[in-house]
Order: sequence, then C-alpha cells, then structure tokens
Amino acid sequence: MWRPIITSSALGAVVGSVLAAGVLLARAEGTPNTVTIDNFFFTPGTITVKAGTTVTWTNKDDIPHGIGSANNAFPKSKALDTDNSYSFTFATPGTYQYFCYLHPKMVGSIVVEQ
Amino acid sequence: MSEIDQRDGVNRRKVLECMTWCGTGVLWTIAGGVPHSLGIMGEAQAAESRGLTFLQISDSHVGFDKPANPNALGTLEEAIAKVNGLPQKPAFMLHTGDISHLSKEKEFDDADHIISQSRLDVHYVPGEHDLIDADQGKIYRERYGKAAKGAGWYSFDANGVHFIGLVNVVDLKAGGLGNLGNEQLEWLENDVKGRSASTPIVLFAHIPLWTVSQEWGWGTQDGAQALSYLKKFGSITVLNGHIHQVMQKVEGNVTFHTARSTAFPQPAPGTAPSPGPMKVPDDQLRKMLGIANVTFKQNEQRLAIIDSPLQG
Repeated sequence: MWRPIITSSALGAVVGSVLAAGVLLARAEGTPNTVTIDNFFFTPGTITVKAGTTVTWTNKDDIPHGIGSANNAFPKSKALDTDNSYSFTFATPGTYQYFCYLHPKMVGSIVVEQ
Repeated sequence: MSEIDQRDGVNRRKVLECMTWCGTGVLWTIAGGVPHSLGIMGEAQAAESRGLTFLQISDSHVGFDKPANPNALGTLEEAIAKVNGLPQKPAFMLHTGDISHLSKEKEFDDADHIISQSRLDVHYVPGEHDLIDADQGKIYRERYGKAAKGAGWYSFDANGVHFIGLVNVVDLKAGGLGNLGNEQLEWLENDVKGRSASTPIVLFAHIPLWTVSQEWGWGTQDGAQALSYLKKFGSITVLNGHIHQVMQKVEGNVTFHTARSTAFPQPAPGTAPSPGPMKVPDDQLRKMLGIANVTFKQNEQRLAIIDSPLQG
C-alpha cells in the first residue's frame, strides 16, 4: 500500500500539483493528514490522500462536533470536545463525503486514491 | 407653551417611555396575528393572574466552561432564582433542550439538582448536546423520556391548551437542517386529529421549526410539514431554543419564538464567522441570558411572552 517516498516524490514532481506536493510533504515528514474543525468549518474542506492514509480531525471550536459519513461509509466519531481528535485509516479508494452529525451544515470530503 | 417647554414636554415623555422599556421586560400580546407591546412588566403580571402561566428555559449547557461563560451551572442557578422570585408561580416549566453540554451523567445530575429547586414540573425535549453519550441518548431517555415516544416526543394538556414536545435533533442529514422524520410526523398528524380547532396549540422543540438562518442550519427541514397538520387551529405557538437569543416571527395564526440560553449568547445570524459561543464583556453576559414567561388568557386565544434577562 505505502509506496517508497522516493517514488511518490517523483510522481508529485511529474504531476506538478501543489496539493499533491503538500500531501507528499506531509507524508514525507511522517505526519498523518489532518483536518481542523474551526469556526464550524472543516479545513481543508476536501483532501486527497493515498489509500492506507490515516486522516485525523481535530476540533478547535468551543462547541463539540461529531464526524459522520454519508451512508455510514466509515464509522462515526464520538462527540469531539474542544481539542479532541478522531482518526480513521482509509484503505479503500473512493470519495468519502462526511458531515458534522451535530451541525449537518458542516460538510467535507476525503478523496482516497489508489 | 414656549418652545423650550415643548421640548421639555417631549423630553419628559421620552424619559417615561424609556422607563417603560428599559430594565423591565417587554410583554408581547398576540391578537389576530398582530403583535403589539402592551408595556411594562407590571401589566404583564396583572395579565398572568387571569390565565395559564408557564415558563420556558433553554440551553443550560451544564458542563460548558469556556471563556464565553466559565460557569454555566452558576448562571442556570441564577435563572432558577429568577423563576423562584416571580410574583406568581408558573404552572410548570418547559426546557427546550441542551440541558447538558456533553450528555454526561454528572452534567444531568448537576442540572437536575439546580432545576429541581424551582419545585415545578418540567417538560423536556432534547437538544443535540443531550444525545451524544456513547448510546446516543440513552441517558436522556432514561431520565426525561420514559413516557415519551421514539426519540422523546410526546404531548399533554393543561388548562385547555394542547402542548406538543417534538425532537428535531436526531438523524440529521449531511448538509441539512433540524429533522423530525416521518415516524414523528405521522405521530403528530394523529395526535392533533380530532381536536377542536379552537384548542390553543403550543409546539416546543430545540431547533427552530422555522428557518432563522439557512447558512447556520438554524431551521428544521420538515418543520413546514409539521405545521401543515395544524392549519385548522386558530392559535399556534412554537417555542424553540438552540440559537441562544430572542427572535420572534408571526405568520398567520402561528407565533414563532426562541428563548435565550441560560449559559452563553450566540451571535445574530450573519454578524459573525460562525454561530459558536459569543464572548461578551463580563458585565454584559447576564443581559444576554435569561428565561421566558408565557401566559394564556383563557377564552381569548391571546398569548403573552415575556423574555426576562438575568440582569438589566
């Protein structure tokens, strides 16, 4: 699942995408991809990751939020109080729409590539 | 009368108007769908002695300890002290949800301990903050919803008024608003079927049943369908919380009203980047928290709602 870093970097250079480069940089540093919940928004609203990547959401609001996914495509989080996090590893490629199950106006998506 | 005297006259009147409006509380009377203010609290209290008076509190958020109000339990206690200080004891209390902040046993325990000091029967509906325990509302339902249907909806009658408590914080859909769902809507349709059109109806639920702000999700997606079942009734009052500020709208026979929180204020729609807790100067906080006192005059189909801040 995990490709050697050197291959990914080469691919990033070929594709020339800033987003891809950012993702690869994060992976090169050994950190998971993260989504911050701030002011009732998921930031970034959409992220693209390779299959097998662990995505972590962290709530920076003074109000709890919860991660739920369309059609329960991945397990929902517990309610996340301030500074609480939730992580899930996306093994299967696809586009995962998610939302805050307490404030459903808040939506985001994770694009998982092969 | 000299010009100066005239000016003095206007000034005196203005001072009197100000005394009427400032620091007392405003009584709204609804007659024929047209709201007008009657004046000072004293008149409201006189009205109360002739009908059913009940109280609404909302959004206690016990357990909340962030800068917007580090002591939400303390301000709930102040709200209950205000209830206990009312010249006429209300018949009962409605709590329109978000009793707790994180659905913890201790938060409910603390809330119950304070609210029970009112020695009033309390009819609850849950807010989204009350259903986030590991079992998704089990604690709430065991404490407050034993006699209720589904996720906690029910109805009861008092002094000829039919009260309906609805739950619009369950099974929320991505991108959507508050949600009642088909099972509850069916129950509601049956619940009001066969009741006389002259029965005053009070609907209460956590999230507003009308759309206050689409952008912030302050509304209920199937709220209009719920209200369609009530068309024949001459007096419908919808009481909500969730938005931590007073808002009122009258549409035909329906009066929509939201109560203040007892915990922390939230911004008016569109005035802030998000609807999160609003930090105000310490000396302003208690002017933005409070309770609502509601009176029905029997046979008059008239409703008066007085929102009283904790302070000012």
